Amino acid sequence: MHDLLAQLLQVGFFAALIRIATPLIFATLGELLAERSGVLNLGVEGIMLFSAMTGFTASYYSGSLWTGVAAAAATGAVMGLLMGLLTVTLGLSQHVSGLGVTMLCSGFAFFFYRLIFGEPSQPPSIQPFRALPIPGLSDLPFIGPVLFNQFALSYLAFAAVLLAALALAHTPWGLSLRTVGENPRAADAAGVNVARIRYQALLLSGALMGIGGAYLSIAQYNAFTFGVISGRGWVAIALVVFGQWQPWRSTLGALLFAFIDALQLRLQASGLIHVPYQIFLMLPFVLTIVAMALVSRNARAPAALLIPFRREER
Amino acid sequence: MIHLRLERRSATPAWLNLALPLLALAAALILCSGLVALAGADVLDAYAQLFLTPFSTGFDLEQTAIKAAPLVLTGLAVAIAFRARFWNIGGEGQLYAGAVGAAFLGTQLWLPIGLIWPAMILAGALAGAAWALLPAYLRTRFKVDDVVTTLLLNFILLYGISALLDGPWKNPRSAYPTSPPIRPEAQFPILPGTEQLHLGVLVALLAVPILWFILNRTTFGFAVKAVGENARAAAYAGISTARTILATAALSGALAGLAGAGEVGGVHYQVMADLSPGYGYTGIVIAMLARLNPLGVLPAAIFYAAMITGAEGMSRATGVPVFLADVIQGVSLLTMLTALLFTQYRLRIAGSHPGTARHA
Repeated sequence: MHDLLAQLLQVGFFAALIRIATPLIFATLGELLAERSGVLNLGVEGIMLFSAMTGFTASYYSGSLWTGVAAAAATGAVMGLLMGLLTVTLGLSQHVSGLGVTMLCSGFAFFFYRLIFGEPSQPPSIQPFRALPIPGLSDLPFIGPVLFNQFALSYLAFAAVLLAALALAHTPWGLSLRTVGENPRAADAAGVNVARIRYQALLLSGALMGIGGAYLSIAQYNAFTFGVISGRGWVAIALVVFGQWQPWRSTLGALLFAFIDALQLRLQASGLIHVPYQIFLMLPFVLTIVAMALVSRNARAPAALLIPFRREER
Repeated sequence: MIHLRLERRSATPAWLNLALPLLALAAALILCSGLVALAGADVLDAYAQLFLTPFSTGFDLEQTAIKAAPLVLTGLAVAIAFRARFWNIGGEGQLYAGAVGAAFLGTQLWLPIGLIWPAMILAGALAGAAWALLPAYLRTRFKVDDVVTTLLLNFILLYGISALLDGPWKNPRSAYPTSPPIRPEAQFPILPGTEQLHLGVLVALLAVPILWFILNRTTFGFAVKAVGENARAAAYAGISTARTILATAALSGALAGLAGAGEVGGVHYQVMADLSPGYGYTGIVIAMLARLNPLGVLPAAIFYAAMITGAEGMSRATGVPVFLADVIQGVSLLTMLTALLFTQYRLRIAGSHPGTARHA
């Protein structure tokens, strides 16, 4: 057993962990910002899928991966604004709006992919992102290859968490956003435009989810497939709860999920445990539910989550 | 400055119940016509293919009815769950659970032939109910969000079934991962007077009035609505939220499980990974279009069944990707949700006054 662990927990394992965590960090942060402003964004799974598709397509035709990232972020932002139109301006059910946006985005992803690429026997592929070693730091023992020899998007993910955590805790905008999510009436009385803050949060939320989706189709893999997201968006929602709506804690949750996911991949590849591979695939989802059961009792969601704000009504 | 204002309505006129879904569907089709044009097809031609061919011959009509059966059941499953604000997005998983339960009994040789159909139907309902009770229990006992758990449980169950079909439950005679076929005697009978309609279609049809009765004429139905509309008031009235949620979840899961049993007993005669083309998720759209009313689920299910049936033909004839049907589902869910605003509000055109000018 000790040998098995030693074999599993090598440098390569932790490097893979960061790669697996990256899209989850983006999506979880996006979901967190929306929820802290008072809007549950159930569009996450579909937004990631559609953005993975537009990001891939833009990269494929422009030959530039960063164009793909921009296209994916823009796709996500537009869908975030659609969530805003539905839940903020119209004040519709956040649950149903989000499910509708996910269905719409999944439909769009499949429809446009088929329209653009047809049904080729070999799915079109691109030359995906390569690891970007940080000079000096990447040569450090262990830490170097794990933390400083990753995709540029992985650095961006951690930078985004840092930025969001600082902005939420220490800027007037962050204070407004938190107040809007906890007590929109008080925020409104203090002169904060509740709708505008929620739109901003949803725009950012969508863009982050979009980058997370594109990461899968142009960095981790080199093509778009219909199952490329396969539940990662829903996991992100669970991770926000697990992280108690705190950016770093939620990121830690994403890293834990990635740890389990990387572990199951290693165990599968090692061939040491004779269990069907589907059981391994299932494991991270099972543990996510277990983790939710452990933390949910004491979880305190933003007080105004799910409640539309209408200025003229009390 | 001209300003559009929403004003609260005190009562909803009855004609809106019929008009709103039609309005929502019309809006969805108009919005999606741009995609048809983008695909280089004639909009009217494509829509005619999509919605008329499924009704054009007796054969097509029965095919549409067969597709409508699981959708009626998953639509009812969502309708009852959402009434109690139990966010059951797990209809797809519960359908598969029911399919596994029914298929398992359908392969058992010890079952007397006279009992095999009811046993399969019961097993399907029980398996679906059990799979829905898990997230309901997690919600009532540990306050775990039901949206997330019901969704994640779909993935868990599908991976589990995939493992079964690859290993211990694989049909040795098939190259594909499928379960062994059910006994020939276990295949559901064809309803008299029809060519293809099987027992599962009748089950779905009967479920509609039964669910309407449960919801509108029983104490349990009253509790479901009370918990959904105002859980705190319901608690004051002595209704246990937890018990109501658990019972609703069981009923909801059982309905989705019945859909799975029907697909195994009447259509596929075995379990495979692509047994359902997302019937569980389409059930959400259907329930919303029906305004969570069991009687409305039937026409809504027929509409989406027609669209699913017609999509392949439309794609072959016009070159528009089949996934247009998925987009229409998503758009119609959103247009219906928007249309529901008219049940609470009416649109007023008025000059703005300073107090409302800042409203974004």
